Amino acid sequence: MLDALTVAVSAAALALAAWCGFAAFRDQPTKDWHFIGMAVVTLLALVQLVIGVVQLARGEKADEGATIFVAYLIGAFAAVPAAGFLSLAERTRWGSATVAAGAVVLAVLEVRLHDIWGG
Amino acid sequence: MAGETVVPRSTSESGIQPAPATRLVKGPGLLLVWLYGVMSVGAVSRSVYQIATEYDRAPLAYSLSAIAAVVYAFITYTLFRGGERARRAALVCCAAELVGVLTVGTWTLADPSAFPDATVWSDYGMGYLFIPVLLPVTGMLWLRRARR
Repeated sequence: MLDALTVAVSAAALALAAWCGFAAFRDQPTKDWHFIGMAVVTLLALVQLVIGVVQLARGEKADEGATIFVAYLIGAFAAVPAAGFLSLAERTRWGSATVAAGAVVLAVLEVRLHDIWGG
Repeated sequence: MAGETVVPRSTSESGIQPAPATRLVKGPGLLLVWLYGVMSVGAVSRSVYQIATEYDRAPLAYSLSAIAAVVYAFITYTLFRGGERARRAALVCCAAELVGVLTVGTWTLADPSAFPDATVWSDYGMGYLFIPVLLPVTGMLWLRRARR
């Protein structure tokens, strides 16, 4: 379950990064559709956060420790919305580039999460 | 184009003042401050955790990570604050950061036995996709350009 979610969040994050990177390339700010995309990715990360915590509560162990695991889950949940808020105040291509960077950060966090859980 | 009609929100506390404070979080600066913010969160949480739980394992490495964390947090703060003095302070810190990355990076390669565990700046920041060595260079370029 957790593995499937990790793959799903990674794929969604990379797609968002490509999409917003393309917007930055075309010199466009983030638009409503981009924000819907960010909401979808954030929702997936939230589901992952909840399920990860439930797994821990049911007594399963993360390889590198529960503290690090939860910290990364929270970081993964926060990465894209934080970049999205920044892009609200920057109505240029650089707002899109920042969201793309945020999505790449999320993808990297997913790889780390996979290691920490011990997949 | 729904997005383009959005009125820019008040920039920052220093940006509202009539004095022409140099705004550093704009254009490429936004991407820069985002990356510095990510590095701050990563380095601060990592070094707090490591120093709190397993400091004795690699005191030197964890102390160096803590220094890196302070530098990142300070640069993020100065970038957000804006203004000429903050710009100069950030410029100095970026230079210090670059020296730190290069020193620690070379140190970890030359004397691996001194580092039982990695620091943020080990191998020139390879564990962080080399962002630690690229960030101060782009940072200094941006801060020079942002000068009025």
